[in-house]
Amino acid sequence: MTTLTEDTPPAAPAARLNHVSPSRKIKDRAVQGLVYLSFLLALIPLVSVLWTVVGHGIGRLDAQFFQFSMNGVSGKDPGGGAYHAIIGTLEQVAITTVIAVPIAVLTAIYLVEYAGNGRLGKVVSFFVDVMTGIPSIVAGLFVLALWLLTFGFEFSGLAGALALTILMIPTVVRATEEMLKLVPNELREASYALGVPRWRTVTRVVLPTALTGIVTGIMLAVARVMGETAPLLLTIFFTKAINTDPFTGPQGSLPTFIWDQIADPNANAHDRAWTGALVLIAIIMLLNLAARLIARRYRPAAAR
Amino acid sequence: MAKRIEVSGLHAYYGGVHAIEDISMTVEPRSVTAFIGPSGCGKSTFLRTLNRMHEVIPGARVEGKVMLDEEDLYGPSVDPVAVRRTVGMVFQRPNPFPTMSIYDNVAAGLKLNGVRGKARLDEIVEESLQGANLWNEVKDRLGKPGAGLSGGQQQRLCIARAIAVRPQVLLMDEPCSALDPISTLAIEDLIGKLKNQFTIVIVTHNMQQAARVSDKTAFFNIAGTGAPGRLIEIDDTSKIFTNPEQKATEDYITGRFG
Amino acid sequence: MTSETGVQAQARAAERRPMRDLGTGRFGDKLFEWAARGSGLLVLGIMAAIAIFLIWKAIPALRANEANFFTAETWDPNATPPKFGIAQLAFGTVMSSLIAMLIATPVAIGIALFISFYSSRKVASGLGYVVDLLAAVPSIVYGLWGVSVLVPHMEGISKAINAVLGWIPLFGGDGVGKASIFTAGVVLAIMILPIISSISREVFLQVPRANVEAALALGATRWETIRLAVLPYGRSGMIGAAMLGLGRAMGETIAVALVLTFVPGINIHILQDGGATFASNIANSFSEASETGRGALIASGLVLFVITLLINMAARAVVARRKEFV
Repeated sequence: MTTLTEDTPPAAPAARLNHVSPSRKIKDRAVQGLVYLSFLLALIPLVSVLWTVVGHGIGRLDAQFFQFSMNGVSGKDPGGGAYHAIIGTLEQVAITTVIAVPIAVLTAIYLVEYAGNGRLGKVVSFFVDVMTGIPSIVAGLFVLALWLLTFGFEFSGLAGALALTILMIPTVVRATEEMLKLVPNELREASYALGVPRWRTVTRVVLPTALTGIVTGIMLAVARVMGETAPLLLTIFFTKAINTDPFTGPQGSLPTFIWDQIADPNANAHDRAWTGALVLIAIIMLLNLAARLIARRYRPAAAR
Repeated sequence: MAKRIEVSGLHAYYGGVHAIEDISMTVEPRSVTAFIGPSGCGKSTFLRTLNRMHEVIPGARVEGKVMLDEEDLYGPSVDPVAVRRTVGMVFQRPNPFPTMSIYDNVAAGLKLNGVRGKARLDEIVEESLQGANLWNEVKDRLGKPGAGLSGGQQQRLCIARAIAVRPQVLLMDEPCSALDPISTLAIEDLIGKLKNQFTIVIVTHNMQQAARVSDKTAFFNIAGTGAPGRLIEIDDTSKIFTNPEQKATEDYITGRFG
Repeated sequence: MTSETGVQAQARAAERRPMRDLGTGRFGDKLFEWAARGSGLLVLGIMAAIAIFLIWKAIPALRANEANFFTAETWDPNATPPKFGIAQLAFGTVMSSLIAMLIATPVAIGIALFISFYSSRKVASGLGYVVDLLAAVPSIVYGLWGVSVLVPHMEGISKAINAVLGWIPLFGGDGVGKASIFTAGVVLAIMILPIISSISREVFLQVPRANVEAALALGATRWETIRLAVLPYGRSGMIGAAMLGLGRAMGETIAVALVLTFVPGINIHILQDGGATFASNIANSFSEASETGRGALIASGLVLFVITLLINMAARAVVARRKEFV
């Protein structure tokens, strides 16, 4: 039997505490360089996007932009605004939230509190994942095929909201699920031990505990669907005029406003497109920031 | 292949927490030194300062001197990577690389250190597995994943991996605490054999184990919760277990602790 | 909601009396459980409905189609007789998304490594937030930026690639443009960076500390530790992340529609102007589409849906497989 004896030649060059072979050190440094570089590389588009949006968008960021629609304003005209589009976006996103949140939160409750290890739970969970990957344009096509072509409804803010709902549900389900899972089981058991029925335990104990996390998730989801353009093109169509009724007729929205204005070759239209982008990004970033602040401020004990 | 360790005035911190305070001791080459003491007394932390593994935890730092023969581990020109290659370590839970075969696990450190050539690698892998008393059990399945072995075998695989790079010192952090009694016995036999070639330091919770395997024993303790761990005394194992200098040591040994 | 029978109402009343605060007991339990389960079923229903209605509304247009739907390169569904095929769209979609994935994956993994292993813990969460900001920018804004900032810059880059790699047919051809499939791929790469990097980060978080320490204790440098303990463990997760990014890129509409200039026919030289994807074609042609035209767009959307569905399912399966190692 061989043993590791003195006279076995050393496996590696005799070790000195200050010596690591230069090639290993170079490789380590090179990878470190690449890793830093990749992060800087990602910063370039972010900074460039924000820079250009602010730079081009600030010019038309005036009161008129928020007070007027594009009614009677053609591409080459100065002036005009996105009032109709902002109204449309706010209404559509509000309807989306009202429809999507209950479905998504209940689905998450089902997955965490009721499904256990059952087959249905696994299937639902899997398809929620798959749903996350649905291209937004396909959601638009679906609403087009169902709501407009089959049921015969007209283009409307509601149709747009239905398409956005499909995109919002999976995000909120996942966020809610994560938060519900963080609620310690002891809390549920303590409630059961008091004789509180299950649904009351969920609504009175579990949901309030997870509430801030769920609200954060919803705000992030709202921010996400707010920037969606593709499904709206197929469902709310276009209008230059103010339409405050989301249930009848084509409606404006900020993303489609930008899409419309950039397609116009005139410089004045492009200025409006950039300002539209600036307003859209500002709303989305504010929602993101608010969500993060809430999450940080009211972080539940279970989440460290 | 074995070196003497001389520690003087060593302090270790986790962020703002003072974990161990002012430790000085000498560990003789080709001997087994056991660290014992209650949980949280800093013995594992101290062990990790001996191969600069302590500082891989974010916010952790060390003050003081650890001389390995003539060189200070914390000297300005010293590279921690070279230190860890010179001072090997075996962990509490066996941690073979889950995606690698038994062979590749043992060869991992060698390949890092530039050992090339199949014949050379084969030879050292076999030697190391022999040295870890594992060769006979795995020689027919060297290509299988290391994670498929039993806990005791995995731990011996980790020992083989550690000794394959021929370290000067082998640190063992409660190497048997996750193992059954038979696997524990196998590891203890192995320690007895390895001390002919390596300087071994072992942290253990099990006082019988310390008594069985070590030549010297060091007892660590804390004054109270939140206080830093201190070295109470270090001496020949037989002396510590029969006639320690300090009352605290005696209390701990005889189970009157706390 | 079901109406209550008298018996149930009595039972409720009886239950309510001793414990007023706890209320409706079993009935509430049943109702609530069914509402929760119903929502779960609704999600499945929506997925099924998407497939069913897209197929249903695509069939008339497909019947009227006089060209081969899968191999024809023309998209002329508003003509009489309608002629349309998805060959060019499929080519543009797959090509631009593959380019995006190939560019984005290494950078995204680099970012994930940077945040997980190269930056201090305090900085890490801030950096993660910066990457999330990249995901928060809407696609219309990327499109706007792409057209006015990136496209002009791409001419030089494309020329350089053409000069060096022109012998490869893909990068060949005379007179490269800037509104090309390649440019679309670059915009898409930026857009899918965050999802690939955030999933990779999640995977890296799950690498057992013990494996990392084992590598360090063997005297591995930081890169060697990553190579020994992190990358092998996270491999399937990273592959899954890249695939999810690919699926995202394929479905991305607006940015691509703004960047690409439509030129009919498949052009293998991806540095030249032109090309179209499933999604960009739908966005660009919808407002002028006839009834058959809409049906044709729905049919192409159905193909996109099936492709992304398959990629997503495969990606999820790959990501889930990493649970093999514990």
